[in-house]
Amino acid sequence: MRKKVTFATLINLFLAFMKIGALTFGGGYAMISIIEREAVEKNRWISQAEMFDILSISESTPGPISVNTATFVGFRVAGFWGSFFATLGLALPSFVVILLISFFYKTFLSWTVVQAAFLGIRAGVVILLFDAVLKLKKIVKFTPLTLFLFIMTTSLIVLSFFFNFNLSLGSFKFSLSIILILLGFIIGIIATALKKGELEK
Amino acid sequence: MIFFELFYVFFLIGLFTFGGGYGMIPLIQEQVVARGWIDALSITDFIAISESTPGPFAINIATFVGSQTGGIFGALCATAGVVLPSFIIILIIAVLISRFMKNRFVRGALSGVRPIVLGLIFGTAIVFLIKLIISSSNPQSFTLTSSYRESIAIFLMVFGFYLAYRHFKKKSPHPIAILAISALLGMTIFWVL
Repeated sequence: MRKKVTFATLINLFLAFMKIGALTFGGGYAMISIIEREAVEKNRWISQAEMFDILSISESTPGPISVNTATFVGFRVAGFWGSFFATLGLALPSFVVILLISFFYKTFLSWTVVQAAFLGIRAGVVILLFDAVLKLKKIVKFTPLTLFLFIMTTSLIVLSFFFNFNLSLGSFKFSLSIILILLGFIIGIIATALKKGELEK
Repeated sequence: MIFFELFYVFFLIGLFTFGGGYGMIPLIQEQVVARGWIDALSITDFIAISESTPGPFAINIATFVGSQTGGIFGALCATAGVVLPSFIIILIIAVLISRFMKNRFVRGALSGVRPIVLGLIFGTAIVFLIKLIISSSNPQSFTLTSSYRESIAIFLMVFGFYLAYRHFKKKSPHPIAILAISALLGMTIFWVL
């Protein structure tokens, strides 16, 4: 059950997610290792398994993953005001930075030193992603079925870089990741119903 | 009124973007470019900026378009609009999930999704690595050119640091350290040299 919410908790949530917002380059998955560090290791607001569940839910609901995660973690820790302050903290750094950039963005991008730093950061982002995989793989219990799902998803995502798999239904576009997430939900439910094939210990 | 329109358009965009990020670009084209708020070319430029500044793409582009169209208050309206749908939806799910988390079907569904999410991240990492070694993937607005050799060199150096740190400290280096080192290497190799 939830602990009593103090003002200090709200401030902590706000500051931690402001840090996450300020350090998230390349968006989405790149920030997982940063959120993991702040919410799981440092503040112990959520467990690593909960972190994974939040990611799965974020993937299958609209909106940016980091906003979803901030709202969810904030709620877990301190209810409505927790999610309010976490989300506000997350949005603030990009808001301020982009606002400043929007006033002189042509000049900003023409500085070659800025471009050079950004080209370097792209390499760092790849390492952050591999780091996230390394951390999160402990949470998946590898059975033949989950291993198959993992390999299939990885291959499809890599292939989708070369070929476009996105489906559209009328004006609504389903991305490959949404389809795969939904597939995972369905397979998980079927496996539970069959009981024998239950994916968890 | 422009402020309400900014809020409304970005609320719609936020509501229909799944999985975050670039999934929203078609919607931006339909709604934002069609309204003449920014031109199509600025969007390409902006993707480059967003890739290299902190924060989620959605918030970045909402703040940018809002600011170009309606100043600071416009930026505020657009950003609030793009964040609000996920905020409300996740809040509802968060309330429900603590009640249903004990349900074995909910747990089963989530355990089926876990390997998929792991695969999504791993696949994205590989795609980013591929993009890194294709030199032509530089944003159009960049005047600097980089060859795949330099990019691979930076990647290997940061990777070497990462492995050494994990070997000696038995834990991953702080993400800030990884980003700072790669930015410095980028400045050294592409700008100084």
